[in-house]
Amino acid sequence: MDWSPMLISLKTASVSMVITFFLGIYAAKLVVGMKSDKARIFIDGILTLPLVLPPTVVGFFILIIFGVKRPVGRFLLDFLSVKIVFSWTATVIAAVIVSFPLMYRSARGALEQVDKNLIMAGRTLGMSERGIFWRVMMPLALPGIASGGVLAFARALGEFGATAMVAGNIANKTRTLPLAIYAEVAAGNMEDSYGYVALVVIISFIVLSLMNYFTIKGSKYTDKDVSK
Amino acid sequence: MSLEVNIKKKFRDFNLDVSFQTNGEYLGILGASGSGKSLTLKCIAGVETPDEGKIVLNKRVLYDSQNNINIIPQSRNIGYMFQNYALFPNMTAEENIGVGLKLSKKEKRIKVKELLNLFRLEDMGHKYPAQLSGGQQQRVALARIIAYEPDVLLLDEPFSALDSRLKSQLHTDFFDMLKLYKGEVLIVTHSKEEVYRFSENLALIENGTITGFGKTKEIFEHPKSLSEAKMIGCKNISTCEILSDNKILCRDWGLVLETESIPLNCKYIGIPSGNFEIVNEPGINTIECKLVNVIEEINEYTILFKNNKGNENSLLYFNINKETWDKKKSQDILYLKINDFYLLQ
Repeated sequence: MDWSPMLISLKTASVSMVITFFLGIYAAKLVVGMKSDKARIFIDGILTLPLVLPPTVVGFFILIIFGVKRPVGRFLLDFLSVKIVFSWTATVIAAVIVSFPLMYRSARGALEQVDKNLIMAGRTLGMSERGIFWRVMMPLALPGIASGGVLAFARALGEFGATAMVAGNIANKTRTLPLAIYAEVAAGNMEDSYGYVALVVIISFIVLSLMNYFTIKGSKYTDKDVSK
Repeated sequence: MSLEVNIKKKFRDFNLDVSFQTNGEYLGILGASGSGKSLTLKCIAGVETPDEGKIVLNKRVLYDSQNNINIIPQSRNIGYMFQNYALFPNMTAEENIGVGLKLSKKEKRIKVKELLNLFRLEDMGHKYPAQLSGGQQQRVALARIIAYEPDVLLLDEPFSALDSRLKSQLHTDFFDMLKLYKGEVLIVTHSKEEVYRFSENLALIENGTITGFGKTKEIFEHPKSLSEAKMIGCKNISTCEILSDNKILCRDWGLVLETESIPLNCKYIGIPSGNFEIVNEPGINTIECKLVNVIEEINEYTILFKNNKGNENSLLYFNINKETWDKKKSQDILYLKINDFYLLQ
């Protein structure tokens, strides 16, 4: 079995998780802090869209933005000599966009669940808004945020459609596990795909178990025995 | 020390419209839940914004809708104790107390230690809120606010999160600790006992408006309006009609009472349920009773009766200690003399 698809998949999912993690938290923080309901609904809709759009549509938009004949792609190629499309970077971009809504929504839910009284208390105690976010909201929302990160990792690992469109299926470069499975099955080599399938199932299961672990750990501040 | 509040805030089915002024003594705000008391405190603290009005603390304008002034809560220097104490669950008692202090690490440690001692929390510094009892949590919350040296202290139902079994002990403890704070205190509660014990002044709030304001003792001894009488728990209230200089008819009970100097704007009569006396014969301000029910309470009986001479059907309540009631001669007719009653606007 060729191990490169697994390495590429893990590398892509890991890098994209780190990017998604911070982007998602940042977006969640912005949306939670929005005063206007209309703006919030609009922005939330846009940020969640990649979750429900067919991955091919996401891929289509990425091509439109980064294609070498498009302004952004052109600029990157001409001035930085970077070609995004059909490169490993494209697998990361596809994974980030597709997994972003999961991270963003988990983080948003977790931040919104923080007791409003705690935030108000922080304000009356003279804590800055930034202090309240980092010292109160983040620690309390962390279990939800962490499980969002894990979920984003799992989603990035399973990304197929958008990746196929923008990164292609280049062995040792952009061929991730899902693409390898597709390629083997399409070529009629069912047996060769067994190993990849098993790998995807095992990794995904471990990742989901991790997520549950974070969720259970989340009750840390409330379940302590009250000493009398 | 003075706090001037005059604010309005509209909601879909609720309007807050309160104005009052304090003079440095403790002020209790008494009202049912949903009457707008907590909202009033939140507007003063700045965590909610009124639609219009003005809030002035010690001559410092905190909020003024006309001049577009709205100081952020961080700069108002107001201590707000939340109903559930709002301790940060991810921080220890120590960290909670030190959270708002803008001091160097060393100074902070000294100050926090001092406060832990002051509030009898010496061994609790490293514990998380979930590991503390209700009373300890309350003390941490108070210590945290006092550490911040606020100009005024707002207490939102300080005892509602506590076990009722422990309340009376904690009342005493809490108010001893509160004396450590030398500023103005506003306490919001739905409990008559709490305001009576702890605040010299009292504001009654009903459906978002202040319906009574004055010295606590005076309001409890002699309520002057219907809402004051209701708020202090007077159960016997009737509409009335002034018959002459010294006679007044209670319509609901078909009862004529005699008293001196009836104010012309008197619209209701209230009789405190403890102010009846069992007598042997009819007389002035005495009711011939038709007994309806005797309810045994923990320390007393509640006697429900009607005026035998009246045609009306409204019940009256009379509370009497068990011994006195059991000792009374079993006579055919029960006469109750009304010793004191309220003439209400």
